[in-house]
Amino acid sequence: MIDVLLKVFADSARAAIGVQAAAYALAAIGLNVHFGFTGLINFGHIAFLAVGAYTTAIVVDLGFSLWLAIPAGLLGAVILGMLLGIPTLRLRADYLAITTIAVGEIIRVMVRSSAMEGLTGGVFGLQGFADEFFDVNPFSRGNYGVWDITFNERSMWVMTVGWALVVLTALLVHALMRAPFGRVLKAIREDEDAARALGKNVFAFKIRSLCLGGAIGALAGILLAFEAQAVVPDRYLPQTTFFIWTAMILGGTGSIKGPIAGAIIFWFVVASTEGLLRAGITHGWIPDWLLSSQEVAAVRFMLVGAILMALMVWRPQGLFGKREEVLIGAR
Amino acid sequence: MAPTSRLDHVEQSTSPVSHMVRRLILATAALGVLAVVWCPGLAVAQEADEQPAQSIGSSLQDLDDEPVAGVTITVATEDGSEVGTATTDEAGEWRLDLDEAGTYVVTLDVETLPEGVSLRDPDRPSLSPGVRVGQDKNVLFPLGDGEGGGIRQSTVSRLERLSNLAAEGVKFGVMIALAALGLSMVFGVTGLVNFAHGELLAFGAMLAWWLERGLGPLPPMPLLLAGVLAMLLAGLLGAAFEKGIFAPVRHRRSGDIAAMVISIGLALVVRYVYLILFGSRPDFYLDFRLQTNYQLGPVSLTPKSWATIVLGGVILIAVGWALRNTRIGTAMRAVSVNKDLAESSGIDVKRVITVTWVAGAVLAGLSGVLFGLSESVRWDMGNDVLLLIFAAVVLGGLGTAYGAMLGGLVVGLVTQLSTYWFPPELKLMFALVVLVVILIARPQGILGVKERFG
Repeated sequence: MIDVLLKVFADSARAAIGVQAAAYALAAIGLNVHFGFTGLINFGHIAFLAVGAYTTAIVVDLGFSLWLAIPAGLLGAVILGMLLGIPTLRLRADYLAITTIAVGEIIRVMVRSSAMEGLTGGVFGLQGFADEFFDVNPFSRGNYGVWDITFNERSMWVMTVGWALVVLTALLVHALMRAPFGRVLKAIREDEDAARALGKNVFAFKIRSLCLGGAIGALAGILLAFEAQAVVPDRYLPQTTFFIWTAMILGGTGSIKGPIAGAIIFWFVVASTEGLLRAGITHGWIPDWLLSSQEVAAVRFMLVGAILMALMVWRPQGLFGKREEVLIGAR
Repeated sequence: MAPTSRLDHVEQSTSPVSHMVRRLILATAALGVLAVVWCPGLAVAQEADEQPAQSIGSSLQDLDDEPVAGVTITVATEDGSEVGTATTDEAGEWRLDLDEAGTYVVTLDVETLPEGVSLRDPDRPSLSPGVRVGQDKNVLFPLGDGEGGGIRQSTVSRLERLSNLAAEGVKFGVMIALAALGLSMVFGVTGLVNFAHGELLAFGAMLAWWLERGLGPLPPMPLLLAGVLAMLLAGLLGAAFEKGIFAPVRHRRSGDIAAMVISIGLALVVRYVYLILFGSRPDFYLDFRLQTNYQLGPVSLTPKSWATIVLGGVILIAVGWALRNTRIGTAMRAVSVNKDLAESSGIDVKRVITVTWVAGAVLAGLSGVLFGLSESVRWDMGNDVLLLIFAAVVLGGLGTAYGAMLGGLVVGLVTQLSTYWFPPELKLMFALVVLVVILIARPQGILGVKERFG
């Protein structure tokens, strides 16, 4: 039994520092710029991941270098930020929430449509565009890590780049939020009218916030696409946005280390719950009539939902946030 | 929130917490009881799990949306070894279970197509879809009228096709509007944008399915009875959401955004409970399954579609009338406009909120049964229509009952009519595009009131 538990622990630890966690940390940092610092309820964050990943893949597919494609992906996210912001940022908080989800779905349905198949690959997506990224992999073939927590050279390379990006963007956001720019964003979050009364162009600041957070989200999307060497439209479902929200709220909105810690803990909790349930089913500790192994995947979503509810009820500031920094009332 | 009210909150926070815990325990217990009642359903779901996890299939329909029966379809692996053949049944449907995920080659035997029906794209009798693990994949063979081209020429005029699509749009719109009305009413009295509203809809649809086939000790019953019971029980679930979760959350003064995020979490939990209880396969009601179209003027629809339009329309008008002319309706509108003022003029706000939740959930349950009747019963159907419901509500203006009805009709008409010019896979997108476009022009929605914004 002990060795089973240790195995589950090792797998959970792998998940907590793996590529998924790094990408969620990046995405949550971007979302935190939107919600945590500016108070924009963006439920369409997945759109930024999708646009970043798809633009990169398409630009490579058109024959350009990957190193040109990545900035193009970020640019795509910035353009999306503007396109999304102009019609929606005048809306009240609840309208904004719904409209952002709608825009996310519009983008997903569009890229998967057969009309766009020539460009986006339709429902099959695009594959194998990140070869140039893996060509410069400094890790030689083999497994790296300690004990059971090991990664192959490919994952090591994506992870290293991912966590480096997490640190860099966190430092960037930290610096920006201490600067006058960040103070205006926080002022908008606390009281939009007051910020406007002080002569700040609230709309322009919100657009910039949307573009900045969106570009960081696009980095997360590109990272995930590199890991899979594929972009597939149905990976960009709205529920992924809510997973990112859960990770962000878990760590604490409006704080720098919150989203990073949140993503790590989120993946540890998700992976260990699934691991324990699967181990319980294979070893017969959980009777078959209660839960079958196919149903374990459903438990992940229920767990995330339950965490989200519990956090919002008892600890909306998450583990590392400050309660007075959390926007909880609609405007 | 002003600093003083924060202090209030801190001082009061001890008792609501224990209160909250008790409520949550009660709610969990209630869910447990429901789960026990559902054990037969659970058994059904597990039987289904022993079958192969993925399948491939589709339903073949001609340009009049009539099922095409007796067509042979062959499924082979990518390297050409045959997996099996299937023939479409009277509903035009076929499905083959697959042992593994992967890419398959699906070939339609053109020879077996009935006279006057052909592939819209004659060069593509074979499709090669990818099937993911656990997926019930649908492949689409668009059928034309045998004249080679995709657009029909002789049997149905363009006008008839447009008017048929418009009628389908009205039907779809009525179903959306029923659900949107409930969402909008709940938003009006509590300020909650309820992401779990779609789960109320799915609850109605699935419960009607279980009741029709015989739930636990209950004998199988006709769909009409099952549907009414399911609606009422959906109302109970709505009351449970309010009493078990959202009332305590309001009591804690968590705020509207927190409540909205809580409803997202609730929707995730409930939806995946449905997956475990109902299983991943879409299913159908036994009653009213196959019907021949009934022609009225230029429009030809199945009797169940006509019934949906009439029944839904009558109920929408009745609810609209009740909001204007009954005591409870007036009270609901009063609470929507100003809760404190309503309370101080003697309205029992808590009761009004509960009644609104129950009414909204009953409407959602009805909408779910109608969706199940016109499409299929699925565990995630609530999630599928949630965005359209939101689009309808926001189009009309959040919190305005008539706006929700109007928004529902707009969404229904746009989705169906867009298929006249564009491929059906894009129809949901058009509803969302219309949402964004209208919000650019009128950020408060069509019937929303401007002064609430700023």
